[in-house]
Amino acid sequence: MYMKGTSSKSSPVDTRLSRRSFLFAGAAAGGGLLISINASMFRADRAAAADAQVTTFAPGAFIRIDKAGNVTAIIPQVEIGQGVYTSMPMLLAEELEVEPNQIRVEQAPPDDKLYANPKLGFQATGGSTSIAAFYEPFRHAGAVARTMLVAAAAETWGVDASGCRAENGTVIHDASSQRLTYGDLSAKAATLQMPDKVALKDPKDFKVIGRSLKRRDSVDKTTGRAQYSIDFMLPDLKVAVPQASPIIGGKLVGMDEKAALAVSGVRRVVRFDDTVAVIADHTGAARKGLAALNPQWEGGALTYSTANLVSDLDKAAAGEAVVATNEGDVKNAASVAATTLEARYESPLLAHGTMEPMVCSVRITADGCDVWVGTQVIARVQSAVAEATGLPVEKVRVHNFLMGGAFGRRLETDYAVQAAMIAKQVDFPVKVIWTREEDFQHDVFRPYYVDKLSAGLDENGMPTAFSHRVAGSSVMARWTPAWFVNGLDPDAVDGAAGPYKFDNPLIEYSRSEPPAGLTTGWWRGVGVTHNSFPVESFIDEMAVSTGKDPVEFRRVLLAQSPRAKAVLDLAAEKAGWGTPMPAGKGRGVSVIVLFGTHVAQVAEVSVDPQGDVRLERVICAVDCGLVVNPDGAKAQIEGGIIFGASAALYNAIEIESGRIVQTNFDTYRVMRIDEAPKIEVFFVESDQPPTGTGELGTAAIAAAIANAVFAATSKRLRRLPVGLDVTAK
Amino acid sequence: MEYDLNINGEQRRVDVDGDTPLLWVIRDVLGMYGTKYGCGIAQCGACTVHIDGEAARSCQTLVESVGSSAIMTIEAIHTTTNGRKIQKAWQDLDVVQCGYCQSGQIMSAAALLSETPIPTDADIDNAMSGNICRCGTYVRIREAIRHAATLDGNAKQGG
Repeated sequence: MYMKGTSSKSSPVDTRLSRRSFLFAGAAAGGGLLISINASMFRADRAAAADAQVTTFAPGAFIRIDKAGNVTAIIPQVEIGQGVYTSMPMLLAEELEVEPNQIRVEQAPPDDKLYANPKLGFQATGGSTSIAAFYEPFRHAGAVARTMLVAAAAETWGVDASGCRAENGTVIHDASSQRLTYGDLSAKAATLQMPDKVALKDPKDFKVIGRSLKRRDSVDKTTGRAQYSIDFMLPDLKVAVPQASPIIGGKLVGMDEKAALAVSGVRRVVRFDDTVAVIADHTGAARKGLAALNPQWEGGALTYSTANLVSDLDKAAAGEAVVATNEGDVKNAASVAATTLEARYESPLLAHGTMEPMVCSVRITADGCDVWVGTQVIARVQSAVAEATGLPVEKVRVHNFLMGGAFGRRLETDYAVQAAMIAKQVDFPVKVIWTREEDFQHDVFRPYYVDKLSAGLDENGMPTAFSHRVAGSSVMARWTPAWFVNGLDPDAVDGAAGPYKFDNPLIEYSRSEPPAGLTTGWWRGVGVTHNSFPVESFIDEMAVSTGKDPVEFRRVLLAQSPRAKAVLDLAAEKAGWGTPMPAGKGRGVSVIVLFGTHVAQVAEVSVDPQGDVRLERVICAVDCGLVVNPDGAKAQIEGGIIFGASAALYNAIEIESGRIVQTNFDTYRVMRIDEAPKIEVFFVESDQPPTGTGELGTAAIAAAIANAVFAATSKRLRRLPVGLDVTAK
Repeated sequence: MEYDLNINGEQRRVDVDGDTPLLWVIRDVLGMYGTKYGCGIAQCGACTVHIDGEAARSCQTLVESVGSSAIMTIEAIHTTTNGRKIQKAWQDLDVVQCGYCQSGQIMSAAALLSETPIPTDADIDNAMSGNICRCGTYVRIREAIRHAATLDGNAKQGG
């Protein structure tokens, strides 16, 4: 087990630091990061620690070094497959001068101050932020610790610190050939004052950052030993399988409790207004019990279907809108344009379909509440469960696990709150496991969007006016109301003008919410995943309307954006853009900027006579600044492309008479290995601070595919998924 | 009802309804959690085990149907030559991301190698298309199976 290096029997990722070490870590609270640590408080804690004979050196919230020289990284971000348990220790290792694989990893406890994501302001793993946000703080933490260890050695030897150097967990004084390990020095280092300022390495001197490092969870994840929340067990734990109303907003009106309780192994039936759960000795019995229970539902949005959702969005798009950007005079520019273009695009509701469904275990005792869960928002889960149980926050202990996929779904706390409500009804620990059907029907869906775009082109075919009105529900208004100002959802319009600096742009947002019970939320690539499809498709429409090559057209538009132009050129070159394609095949391009990362993709598709589209090859060029773990970043991009291609080609959640139509992988078709394209990823060399890679593959692919289908068939796709539009005649 | 199962080379007695899917017996009754639940309808392959050496979806295999067949799960796949090759290849190429589907992927891939020691791309597609990976590790899975076919099965696997 890699997590704490203790036993091969997996244990959950422990979010609890020892009380003592947490006092040290807690010294940085308030300021957030090491830089503002309160030295006097640090010494007081150190004295207390000395009393308890704890000699761990813990300069700040992210590092602990014990007497044996064990270095532990406290990771504020959670591991959802993106590799932060591998890449974030590399940042520490670089400045601390240890081998990254020698660093142990421990999940940080919930703490919105101490472990806030600097890019977001609270503790969360999302928005492709982990490396970008902690690139500086983690290197800084490593440098502070190294500086103090060197100072401790210099003091021990009575030499000047400038004559000492750190290497591989050891401080060396070359002149006297003396050396001491970090373990030897940890107790003394803990008595020293933290330096106010430390110098960070020049990127050209990096030895760890920029070199591919193997994932540290690879062995556990290939031997079945990795533990996810669904694998958590206690001797007296029972399993609950819940069902919430399959009708949006419906209520429970009947059930056969006797039949459920007659199933061998079933212990209890717990009911709420709109949810019921069967609790049993094992999942098989609980599932069988739920089938026997046969719950009946009434009320809710019985007359609501996808068509209502779309017509509401069209109404919103035709009505009032909030202006996000309005420069120049778009109306006048359009009126004097040589030609104008208009288009309406649609993007469907999407499910996350994480391989591990929503699962959460809860135990409530007189001593408080334990929550065993996989979440992207540990601190949010803590406060949401506190609210649901009426317990004070400090009585809620959240133990986080590796996650079987997240993709934004686990930024929600609904499943943890539900588990707490169920646990409140019983006097034993309960593991609440959603069925796949439950997971699809009660997902927090990516919003449905209707996009209306128009452009005015001059006599050379170049845009002189650009307007884009986005109609959709607002994720931010619900999830981070503070970011939803004056009716504008900044995420909904993120990337609404693509990476381009248009003359006379007008970007607007019209909000339209689905009925209560149908919730929309974050989905991999967020705003840009949606906007890149209409925008990059519409750019193609502009180009071909005057017979221009889509790459050449974009190169001109991106003349003032060197990083975007460079990735476009790189992708076009690697794809052999412009070389002939056989009949029935086509290439399409897209360019995006997502969380500061510049991306260009070229997709190659073939379309058979029946109209079935096959994605054959994807070339992706990326400028994400300095690449910390190149092979890990490449894996993220490969996987992101497949996740996005799956959605673009096949995925839509539909509603019929108040029910979600797609309830499992038989009806929500996801990409399989025989459909997966060849993928080639190229990074632009850069020493700029790193930006994210987790979502870009997903965000750029839909438009590239749609543009490739146009190249192959001259059919413009304005509605996703591709499969719907190509086959619908 | 009591059933005697031959699982990972051991005899284990379980007392469950005969229509209980083997998946939940393996996980909740026998306490081996490497085999995963993904869909419950044999669509995703996360629950793949071997029954008499062949890949089977344990979510759709009722415990009463197993009889004396030999069940093998991810926990014991390293005792087979092909299991070791696949695990080593997966580690060499860093296939995993979230890892949740990978027990099932590895069980399917090991069964493929037993049947077809040097699989073609079409063989790989055929054998592996029942296993969904939402992280999208397919590109590396393909590469890793080709790589595994070249490995020495006696090589020690990490972990």
